[in-house]
Amino acid sequence: MSRRDSVLVSADWVESHLDDPNVVLIEVDEDTSAYDKGHIKGAIKLDWKKDLQDPVRRDFVGKEAFEKLLSERGVANDHTVVLYGGNNNWFAAYAYWYFKLYGHEDVRLLDGGRKKWELDSRPLVQEVPERQPTQYRAKDPDLSIRAFRDEVVAAIGQKNLVDVRSPEEYSGKLLAPAHLPQEVAQRPGHVPTAVNVPWSKAANEDGTFKSNEELREIYAQAGVDFNKSTIAYCRIGERSSHTWFVLHELLGLEDVKNYDGSWTEYGSLVGVPVVVGEEPGEAS
Amino acid sequence: MSGCGAPVGGAALTGVNLAKEAVIQGVVRRDSAPVAGAYVRLLDSSGEFTAEVPTGEDGAFRFFAAPGTWTVRVLAPRGATAQSSVEAELGRITEVELALS
Repeated sequence: MSRRDSVLVSADWVESHLDDPNVVLIEVDEDTSAYDKGHIKGAIKLDWKKDLQDPVRRDFVGKEAFEKLLSERGVANDHTVVLYGGNNNWFAAYAYWYFKLYGHEDVRLLDGGRKKWELDSRPLVQEVPERQPTQYRAKDPDLSIRAFRDEVVAAIGQKNLVDVRSPEEYSGKLLAPAHLPQEVAQRPGHVPTAVNVPWSKAANEDGTFKSNEELREIYAQAGVDFNKSTIAYCRIGERSSHTWFVLHELLGLEDVKNYDGSWTEYGSLVGVPVVVGEEPGEAS
Repeated sequence: MSGCGAPVGGAALTGVNLAKEAVIQGVVRRDSAPVAGAYVRLLDSSGEFTAEVPTGEDGAFRFFAAPGTWTVRVLAPRGATAQSSVEAELGRITEVELALS
């Protein structure tokens, strides 16, 4: 099995594994109302906010809470977990990164997510599956794939910083993706020396990932040095999970971290350097 | 903290200060009937992807853009597409109709 096949499955693969007891399909999104209207047969749902975020602090749920969540939902350590969702798989990619952070062995993304499935007119059902509870055991969080703010400041001019937001967000013309109202508290702009490779460059129009050859070319052309460590960020950490998946899982780069604090944290920090405009800018 | 997820049909205008937004919105139709579950993407003047929303039951979509020229492009099942170029302005709601062939 190639590296790509061990982390990414096609819609055909999912259709042929719908009754495989070792495969657990999970739809992940910020708004799970799409799941309630129809989902892939046998899929359970995870709510990005309610299930995966701490209700009080801005952080993930802890190891014990993650164990409790997966145990209740009937996910076992030896299951092959296949994640998919709307929003071009952003939240599914975030969940993928999260499952990896807590050490799940076999987790994969459905290539193209819900969009590709719908555009293919493949069947969706409303029936919610019942799963037997398990005794899920998570590992300690693998912080080698998660960046915190101080690491980002220290990486300016040193590591590859990849800003995966749209060019308008990178340059500071927009503060959020253009399907959301723009009035927010952060300063506009990007981290000095970060290159702009929008997450969407890595995907075809139907949401599937481009080939490894195309991907390698895109990041190399944008100035990402494959011999250096890399930190990816966006506004809140899900679009950059998509890029983390590309760089770390598909292309197999060794040291790639997702900065989930992303622009909503960095753009609110006091005293850090910010660059406005289309150029990466200098390390000061 | 909310994520960046795109609400079906785009975010509501309720409570939004429209004077500070350059809204682009519209409806996707096939033979004049609204098309739900199509994917509408906003491309900037260089053709780069900026945002995408699935249409609601009424075929509607909405973006909060910056002033300038944009392309709105729709993708629907069986490869149906349509696109249109639009100008967005602060304080104005720009309406666009997309007809699937």
